[in-house]
Amino acid sequence: MSSKLSQKMGLGAGGMIGGRVALKLDPQALRRLTTGRRVALVTGTNGKTTSTMMLSRAVTALGEVATNHSGANMPDGHVTALSKQPDAPYAVLEVDEGYFPAVAAAAQPDVVVLLNLSRDQLDRVGEVRTIERSLRDTIARLRGCTVIANCDDIMVTSAAKDAHRVVWVATGTGWHHDSASCPRCGEPIRWQGEHWQCSTCDLARPKPDWVTTDGFLIAPNASKVALSLRLPGKFNQANAVMATAAAAALGVQIEEAVRRLRGVSNVAGRYRMIQRSGHTARLLLSKNPAGWSETLTVVKESDHPAVLVINANEADGRDLSWLWDVPFERLRGRTVIASGERATDLAVRLTYAEVEHKIVPDPLLAIDALPEGAVEVIANYTAFRDLNARSASE
Amino acid sequence: MSDSTVRIALVLPDLLGTYGDFGNAVVLDKRLAWRGISSEIISVNFGEAVPDSCDIYVVGGGEDTAQTLAVRHLRDNPGLQRAAARGAVVLGVCAGIQIFGEKFTRADDVTHPGLGLIDSVSYAGGSRAIGEVLAKPANGLFEGFLTGFENHQGRTELGPAAQPLAHVTVGTGNDGKVEGAVQGKILCTYLHGPVLPRNPQIADLLIEWATGVKLSPLDLPAVTRLRAERSKAAGQRADA
Ligand SMILES: [Zn+2]
Repeated sequence: MSSKLSQKMGLGAGGMIGGRVALKLDPQALRRLTTGRRVALVTGTNGKTTSTMMLSRAVTALGEVATNHSGANMPDGHVTALSKQPDAPYAVLEVDEGYFPAVAAAAQPDVVVLLNLSRDQLDRVGEVRTIERSLRDTIARLRGCTVIANCDDIMVTSAAKDAHRVVWVATGTGWHHDSASCPRCGEPIRWQGEHWQCSTCDLARPKPDWVTTDGFLIAPNASKVALSLRLPGKFNQANAVMATAAAAALGVQIEEAVRRLRGVSNVAGRYRMIQRSGHTARLLLSKNPAGWSETLTVVKESDHPAVLVINANEADGRDLSWLWDVPFERLRGRTVIASGERATDLAVRLTYAEVEHKIVPDPLLAIDALPEGAVEVIANYTAFRDLNARSASE
Repeated sequence: MSDSTVRIALVLPDLLGTYGDFGNAVVLDKRLAWRGISSEIISVNFGEAVPDSCDIYVVGGGEDTAQTLAVRHLRDNPGLQRAAARGAVVLGVCAGIQIFGEKFTRADDVTHPGLGLIDSVSYAGGSRAIGEVLAKPANGLFEGFLTGFENHQGRTELGPAAQPLAHVTVGTGNDGKVEGAVQGKILCTYLHGPVLPRNPQIADLLIEWATGVKLSPLDLPAVTRLRAERSKAAGQRADA
């Protein structure tokens, strides 16, 4: 009944209202619904939804998996996902960083996947260091848990270091702009190639158990496996290796895990292709400087025109200062349209990046304004959500 | 200037670059380049010596821990203070106004010494000031209006040697009345992060201070459009 109501109200797949009601009825719902299952939690700033989908695909090798595919990554979303599949012996849950302490305490996970930590919408969410500290304290208290952690991310390394057991993954991806000073002692971090260490305390890049190389993973047993992903970019390779390491920790054989997760091609509308007015547009979601930076690397593989869509609603963060942390200079020489409710802010950034551009605030009209053919559309959170909904209905 | 290249020091971007402060250095650099004046950006990172030979210093904002580390680093490596003493141009954004003052007191009631470049003291306000800001120039320092985004808990009181940069129309600034500080060639503002992209007249003021050259205006339609949009948005904040 409430699920139907939620669908009528346009609240997505009916997930949230169902979950909220269940939580109200039973504050122990999350604990009860995870008891007796093997649970993996996936958290971090970027890549949660993709990694969760990859890991849940891989774990199906062992049995049925309950998972929150829709990106509903707060406790009511978890309760809904778990309630829908009461008999699934495995649960793979994407968890918002802010809710991680509460969810981990209730779910007592077997595996935690800690992807990366970087600045998100600063006027809305806690600062990176506050989040690192709360993850660190929570992880240190988990019993019998294996943490899969990205050792190329200083914040993640600090958060994971005190875990019962850590599997370190060299992903080759990390955002260093928030970690000039050590999260443990505040002194400068020194870099030497890929290795980093604190100038004062013992925090340093651990020796990785798994390594991501271009298109391959190298497992702890030294076997090299081709990833051959359908999703583009280095950060998706990182997500895939993290997911494989997590699946292995749950008992999935490595080649089997990779074979299953490589089929992921469309994650909650991301990377979806839309056909419109003679254009084939690829939809890419980027929410913060680290995400944009990675996505600009992906679009660099072609010279297709790009539509960049920026909103600044509550869910995006009202403050667009972060546009200046994104290396838009990489788009020089390409046909670019600045779009979205805050197209003008972006246009100023592009002007100073010396990227020629036009302003077309409506993203669908922006696509139409381009010569027919392939288009890359990169949008931030609410811009992406609205575009996805409109392009599906038109 | 010692030679014809304007040297812009981006001070501790790895600590004080939380809010896109890099943008201010880029705007100065490009506005110089587009007028045919050569320039370069020199990033001074945490743990590195601060040069005293640059023409313009850009200091950004950061969270409390980073700000404390930055002050310590700048005291231990006083290149910025030496440069300011010989008349170099300094832009302090957000935390900058607190760092450059005589002292600042945090919400935990601990008082930290500042760099003493500006006659001011800062302390923690009761509430966090977040949102669009609109202000009018004080003492005819610049043309038009000042627009920006603020996100700070600090409040600042200016002494007689410092002048305010602007009078607040919408938002909080230093104390709800005035915004920023100017003392010699040091200019501070609570408008955080990329304040120069929105306020090209301030960017050109800093460049004129540094070069002594009277600049011809640059016509950037996107900037004109953004200023109009943001001043309208600030008006809506005032009505709310
Ligand atoms: Zn340390």
